Amino acid sequence: MFEHHMRLTKEQQAILDGEKGETLSKVMETLIRYGELFGAKEMVPVTSEYNHLVTSFGLKAMGAVYELMDTLIEAGAVSGQKFSVDPKPLDSNVPANFIQNIVFNHFMYTRQGEYEAQLKKLGLLSENAFTCTCYMDAVGNVPKKGDVLSWSESSAVVYANSVLGAHCNRNSGIIDLMGSIVGYVPYFGLLTEEGRKADWIVEIKTTKKPEAQLLGSAIGMKVMEDVPYIRGLDKWLGNELNDAACTYLKDFGAATASNGAVGLYHVEGLTPEAAETGDALVKPDARVYVVDDAELQRVYDNYPIIWKNKDAKPKLCFMGCPHMSLQQLKDWTEKIEKGLKESGNDKVLIPTVFTAAPGVLKQFESTQYYQRLKKTGVILSYICPLMYMNNPLSGKMPVITSSNKLRTYTSARYYTDDEILAQLTKGGR
Amino acid sequence: MKVFKGRMVVPGSVTAEAVVSHGGLNTLASFQKALQFGDKKATCGDQNNPDLYGKQMAGKALCLPQTIGSTTGGLVIYCACSLKRQPACMLFSKPIDSLAGAGVILADVWLDDVKMPVVDSLGEEFLEYVKDGMQVSVGEDGEVTVE
Repeated sequence: MFEHHMRLTKEQQAILDGEKGETLSKVMETLIRYGELFGAKEMVPVTSEYNHLVTSFGLKAMGAVYELMDTLIEAGAVSGQKFSVDPKPLDSNVPANFIQNIVFNHFMYTRQGEYEAQLKKLGLLSENAFTCTCYMDAVGNVPKKGDVLSWSESSAVVYANSVLGAHCNRNSGIIDLMGSIVGYVPYFGLLTEEGRKADWIVEIKTTKKPEAQLLGSAIGMKVMEDVPYIRGLDKWLGNELNDAACTYLKDFGAATASNGAVGLYHVEGLTPEAAETGDALVKPDARVYVVDDAELQRVYDNYPIIWKNKDAKPKLCFMGCPHMSLQQLKDWTEKIEKGLKESGNDKVLIPTVFTAAPGVLKQFESTQYYQRLKKTGVILSYICPLMYMNNPLSGKMPVITSSNKLRTYTSARYYTDDEILAQLTKGGR
Repeated sequence: MKVFKGRMVVPGSVTAEAVVSHGGLNTLASFQKALQFGDKKATCGDQNNPDLYGKQMAGKALCLPQTIGSTTGGLVIYCACSLKRQPACMLFSKPIDSLAGAGVILADVWLDDVKMPVVDSLGEEFLEYVKDGMQVSVGEDGEVTVE
């Protein structure tokens, strides 16, 4: 037995001692050792209704994960909560050539079916629970303020902490599930009052509303894993967490978490803890980072372009990493229609895929926008664009996106929303 | 030669050649292609990391401040270990982050035949001093010797 210094309840100690079997004992050991690395002195109950897991893909290379899942299932160590999970990697709606289809189905995601069957046994919420934006109303995994979570998925964790006021560490895949299996998570970091205080003040001094993805990227690279308190953004977003503000914060947060390791940010006058507590959230020794137009331009100019031919004509455009909101789908429908009308084109000039949660897509289909967007040639999908892009064939394709997260993990080239719109409707002019 | 003292996160001793990332190591971006397409050298695929991009990570003393990015990070480390494509050791200048911490603990608890010593909190001076190609030795007590 390993040595530990955590105060455990009788129930937790019994699990660790093996009273519920060797596998559960190892799950508890993992959580204790993980927590102790960060100074956790106790475990606290997970209080959210549902969990969210990051691992949604049956990649052949992840055999060790599937073996571990089998070990858990065989021992009856399944999740105490139902959970949503990140998006599926495959969708026949998304354009792929013959060879890509062979690579996806016969080399990369050969264990997809097997893994989805494991997820069902472990506690998958529903067939439609595959999305990185599980916190959308249409999906239904919306934690309450103060809830303690065992979630993973960097963009979902940062959203749950910052916009919803839930309490969750940036848990890794597998750890997410283990917290839900025993019903406890180690108490440290973003679960504590001190851990939620800001290490940085970020002052927004731009002359126009900053691009969400660029601003998030700049802040992520600067503060890394620290907590930023952002001043001056409410000037552009307002003081109400409406659909537009939440959509902005979704994309902004995802960028802070992929170009850095931000798990929580506060926006003065807008996000729940900042609105309630204000400056008291800022640590006395907080450092200051000023973001102006020049700083955002610097960040943009420094994004590497790793296309072999930098002037290649884009073959595909992905929008929706993280998955788009209903509001975004509606807004983009209008923007594309307007752009096409101005240029005299009927359909988008680059094959374009908008991705969103299955529940959001269903909601969108019931609106009048659905047929309008369809007419422009845009394809809708529930896929994870990142999973589509992560292979040498797709990597060689000139793909464009306004997602900083997709840009970070793949060869996709970043353009601002306005630039993407010009490319789709006017060929870049 | 210089000796640095850190906290032993996963015990063990090893000597290996250093590869150094001065910025946060994006675990998913760095390892994903190596894991998916059979690259036993685990060549770093992170285009945003000019220090490491295109360099071998498997079997090296991976020196870094911390890891960043996707929360698949821990299971990526776990899978790299299971496929024997992990670094010889991971040496963090800062206290380890939650994703790398999860990955190295998962590997230590659930994989039987994997040893990857991990030391954190080695200090900023460690990353300033260590350079690619230097010999790095990790002792059982968390002492890291760079020469």
